Amino acid sequence: MTFINYASREINCKIVYYGPGLGGKTTNLQYIYDSTAAQAKGKLISLATETDRTLFFDFLPLDLGTVRGFKTRFHLYTVPGQVFYDASRKLILKGVDGIVFVADSQRERMDANIEALFNLDLNLKQHGYDLMKVPYVLQLNKRDLPNVTSADDLKAELNRKGEPVFEGVANRGIGVFDTLKAVAKQVLLELRKNGGGG
Amino acid sequence: MSTPVVLYEQEYEQLKHALTRLCTDANAKFVFLVDKNGQQIAAHGEMLDLDTTSLASLTAGNVAATDGLAHLIGERGFPVLSHEGERDNIHISIVAARVILVVIFDERSSLGLVRLRVKRATNEMNTIFTSIDSKAEQDTGMSLDSPFAEITEDDIDALFR
Repeated sequence: MTFINYASREINCKIVYYGPGLGGKTTNLQYIYDSTAAQAKGKLISLATETDRTLFFDFLPLDLGTVRGFKTRFHLYTVPGQVFYDASRKLILKGVDGIVFVADSQRERMDANIEALFNLDLNLKQHGYDLMKVPYVLQLNKRDLPNVTSADDLKAELNRKGEPVFEGVANRGIGVFDTLKAVAKQVLLELRKNGGGG
Repeated sequence: MSTPVVLYEQEYEQLKHALTRLCTDANAKFVFLVDKNGQQIAAHGEMLDLDTTSLASLTAGNVAATDGLAHLIGERGFPVLSHEGERDNIHISIVAARVILVVIFDERSSLGLVRLRVKRATNEMNTIFTSIDSKAEQDTGMSLDSPFAEITEDDIDALFR
């Protein structure tokens, strides 16, 4: 849920990176963190297991600059991708303004992608959101690996509503900012549609 | 999508005032308000170098996780959480059903005093949030002076240049 503070002239929006385990959600955030100027970012917080798997969430606050005199701040979250952390995933979706689905392009992960997307749909519904209406972007990650499903096949299987699709190699930054920009744009245009009070 | 939460100058100042008083009355180091989604609303206190953005997001995560635990055992929630450290302690409570009030205190105060002062501040803040809600209800449609009515794709592109 977008938070607009007229006193400090700030807009805060929440973006959640969703997708199957080991798909590259945290890597997306890590790349954004590494390549953003110090004054535009806060700390990257990772609540992870000892083996660096996301346990609860990663969090990165990002200052994008000013729109119409309002400081625009995006809070980026990832969810834990592993199937058994569903209760945590559900909590993090609360109040979401925009979603990035990070799909793993490797052939053997197709089922995991489909399952995670089904899970996203279900968890959104439980919060009263509709995937068809939420600002949403699909990223096909790990395109540099040899054993990938073709982008067309992935799109045919995972594209839900003609959302923007980006091919990515998150650990090298390919597609990372394009994805973020696309979802941020949808979120801000949604504000125009819904109105921000005043 | 849900409508945005909007905080106006007047209520913001009232909340700041309530926080300042709570901080003094409870002998606290730092007090702040954060919404349940992790967005910081207002803060006051002496810990000036505190990373309040991270604090807000972790507090919201903490409350969300304990709420989840409560539901699992058939409770509606745990309205008060308290963490005790070697030097500093954190008292977390819920205001107006959807906002989290956090008080950080050390040996200059006590859990009992903080609880007492939080109770009074909560009543005051409930009233302020009721006023915020009623303003939001009156202001459903698009207001003429909303900064977002005129937002263009160029404005958004400029953010990424």
